[in-house]
Amino acid sequence: MTMDATPMSEALTPRDYKSDIKPVWCPGCGDYSVLGSITTALAELQLPPEDVAVVSGIGCSSRIPAYANTYGFHGVHGRSLALGTGLKVARPELTVLVASGDGDGFSIGGNHFLHACRRNIDLTYIVMDNRVYGMTKGQPSPTTEPDWAESALAPGGTGLRPFHPLVIALASGASFVARAFSGDLMGTAALIAEAIRHEGFSFVEILSPCVTFRPDEREWRKQVHPSPVEPTDDPARAARRIMTDDGFNTGILFSGERSAYAPARPEGPVVEPAYFEAEFEV
Amino acid sequence: MTTSATERTSVALAINGSGGAGAITAGSMLLKAAARAGLYGLLTRAVGPQIRGGEAVAILRLATAPVECAADRCDLQIAIDWMNADRFAAELNLGPESLVIGDAAAEEVPEAIAESGARIEALPIAELAKSVKGGRPNMVALGIAAAAIGLPREALEAEIVETLSSKGEAAIEASKAALAAGVEAASGIDFAAKLTPPDKKEKRWIISGNEAAGLGAIRGGVRFVAAYPITPATEILEWMSPALVKAGGSLVQAEDELASINMIIGASYGGVPALTATSGPGLALMLESVGLAIASEVPVVIVDVMRGGPSTGIPTKSEQSDLNMALNGCHGDAPHIVVAPTSVADCLFTTQWAVHLAEAMQVPTIVLSDQFLGQAKAVIDRPADIAFIANRKVETKPQEGYRRYAITADGVSPMTVPGIAGGQYTADGLEHNPRGTPSSAAGDHASQLDKRSDKLTNFDYGQHWAEIDGDGPLAVITWGSSTAPAREAIEIARREGIDVKLVALRLLAPSRPEAFAQALNGVERALVVEQTHSGQFLRHLRAEYDLPGKIAHLCRPGPLNFRAQDVLAAIKEAK
Repeated sequence: MTMDATPMSEALTPRDYKSDIKPVWCPGCGDYSVLGSITTALAELQLPPEDVAVVSGIGCSSRIPAYANTYGFHGVHGRSLALGTGLKVARPELTVLVASGDGDGFSIGGNHFLHACRRNIDLTYIVMDNRVYGMTKGQPSPTTEPDWAESALAPGGTGLRPFHPLVIALASGASFVARAFSGDLMGTAALIAEAIRHEGFSFVEILSPCVTFRPDEREWRKQVHPSPVEPTDDPARAARRIMTDDGFNTGILFSGERSAYAPARPEGPVVEPAYFEAEFEV
Repeated sequence: MTTSATERTSVALAINGSGGAGAITAGSMLLKAAARAGLYGLLTRAVGPQIRGGEAVAILRLATAPVECAADRCDLQIAIDWMNADRFAAELNLGPESLVIGDAAAEEVPEAIAESGARIEALPIAELAKSVKGGRPNMVALGIAAAAIGLPREALEAEIVETLSSKGEAAIEASKAALAAGVEAASGIDFAAKLTPPDKKEKRWIISGNEAAGLGAIRGGVRFVAAYPITPATEILEWMSPALVKAGGSLVQAEDELASINMIIGASYGGVPALTATSGPGLALMLESVGLAIASEVPVVIVDVMRGGPSTGIPTKSEQSDLNMALNGCHGDAPHIVVAPTSVADCLFTTQWAVHLAEAMQVPTIVLSDQFLGQAKAVIDRPADIAFIANRKVETKPQEGYRRYAITADGVSPMTVPGIAGGQYTADGLEHNPRGTPSSAAGDHASQLDKRSDKLTNFDYGQHWAEIDGDGPLAVITWGSSTAPAREAIEIARREGIDVKLVALRLLAPSRPEAFAQALNGVERALVVEQTHSGQFLRHLRAEYDLPGKIAHLCRPGPLNFRAQDVLAAIKEAK
């Protein structure tokens, strides 16, 4: 190191992205690790906390913005992607992370998921999927197995085929699709960092166990494994892989290149409101 | 027309025809030519239920002074053909004084028109058009209409040149010839009405309320719009989309209204003044998130161009029946602002003011326009420039321990926006403490409820909360598009020696009980005028204000707007 080298003391650490608010989550909840992964990814990218916004809806996972020392918005149930889209279009220089869960994102917010993928807007959508509604104490969600029978709301199970978010994201035009496991904090952090770097809509589905209402999900730790193949940029191949894998394949599953949503820009200099009067004059 | 034409201050005309006949085009050209010649006017249109094509009528009122509502009676209807023309009879209001000119070769006059008692004359409209190579019947009709009111041919020819400039010289010449044939043919008809234009010193504007709302929004500082197409609000979006790009902003067509409202909340949270436009069904979908904007104190403007309801209702016709929803549709104790323009031109002022109010108080503001105001095109004097712009209290240098929802004297807390270091906070729909941390404590709930309510009641709305005019023992209390017919009726009443005061509310929420009491000082009786079925406005007034002992109520649902004569009759009954 030469004498005039810049000292390293300015570097931000994951701790710099955490707020001092204590989470409401149950002990052992996978979402603690996801918070750690997000702050680790932001530190890796060295993004100034004030230039990052974490936007969410309603549910256990959606409590995450308040626990980060970034700007945040904890909105209404299911509309986090719309909040994030408005913010990103109005302020394109910001890094926008949208945090959601399987109920918030795929049930009440399902339509926005389709259209955010389709717009390919440059933000990162992190869904903590625990296959259950935790905040309302254990009802089946769109990703719950059909025979999960622990809820009084659906005795004997829903009998419904689970929603497949990764395939739907692909079919709807998302340009980055990854699966992660919350138990692997550093691996998930690396995927989130990669998703943020990606230009366009990046979707990271994180298997994040609900130890309270789905204690069976503790087994996920043994089931997950890194994807045995490199990511593809061919959506058809990615879709086939995702539809035929065991559901515990983690890593970047698709990374394509499609122009991110870009609002029209003025051809000339920006005009003043008086400019518009001429068209009405007679 | 005969030369015995008498001077008038206002003439009502209609040009109708089947799909493709060009009735609306002729009506639009007539309005513009009249404006060129120095007249004021108002153009509304009605169409059949077909998506494209189908019968249509252009309804015009041309006058020597600004006009803001439909005429009491149609003076002259020109039917290019009779295709479903009876559909429009109620809207036109023909009577024995009316003249209807139909095509000589057309079938029998429709029953509803014949029954009106109107004088019916036949002119060979189609034949005259055919006599000119490339001539069209709507240009003949335009010529007849122009001759009827004594409009100079130069104004019409200039309009033809401008409208048809892209169609080539032959089309322009054909239209001029067809126009001349119409003027000539009309000379044999006795129709006594001539308008002498007033002096025109400055350029006037032809603008619809929807366009005016869009321009008002941009003048106020709106640079982001997200919206879902809906009748009759779509023109706001279609006008704003290219305009916003030129002004350095952007518009996103959202996947639904749930997304629209949340997108504008997101943009505004980012510091960019934001707006959405919709109609009743869309506002109904948005209301949950209006509550979010109230709780998280994010300024947004929502323009509701009202139509007949409930449900899909009457999408192409006007009604004032979203009032209850706009005032009271949110869950929880949810103070917000509701304003309403009182005329086509006022759509500009009121929308611009709405942006200012929303931003100053960090609160969602609903603008209640309606189909009549939104889609009518009016010739107006250039609206005055007003100083109201978005002027949000932004904390640019937050101190350690910045509290986004700090309790302040006026209830408005300076907000930071992303990008400002040290100002990070989480906006939340959950009740929160001054810092923004979720809280279910009784004290936090009470103090934040107080804050959100106080900031609206403490604000100085100036004289804009209502339009107040005249004096008298009787006051007409109204709002929105019912204001124009009330105003016109009051003018007639005054000429007849009846003193009437007008109180038209522009600010519907929050209520201004003191200002209202002052406005009604000396008033003994009131006539409340509103276009609803259930009397939503009167019930609102009764809940919020002290009213005089005697109340008359002119209350009628859409689709027909009030005419001055309706209000005048009610004034006479109430006086």
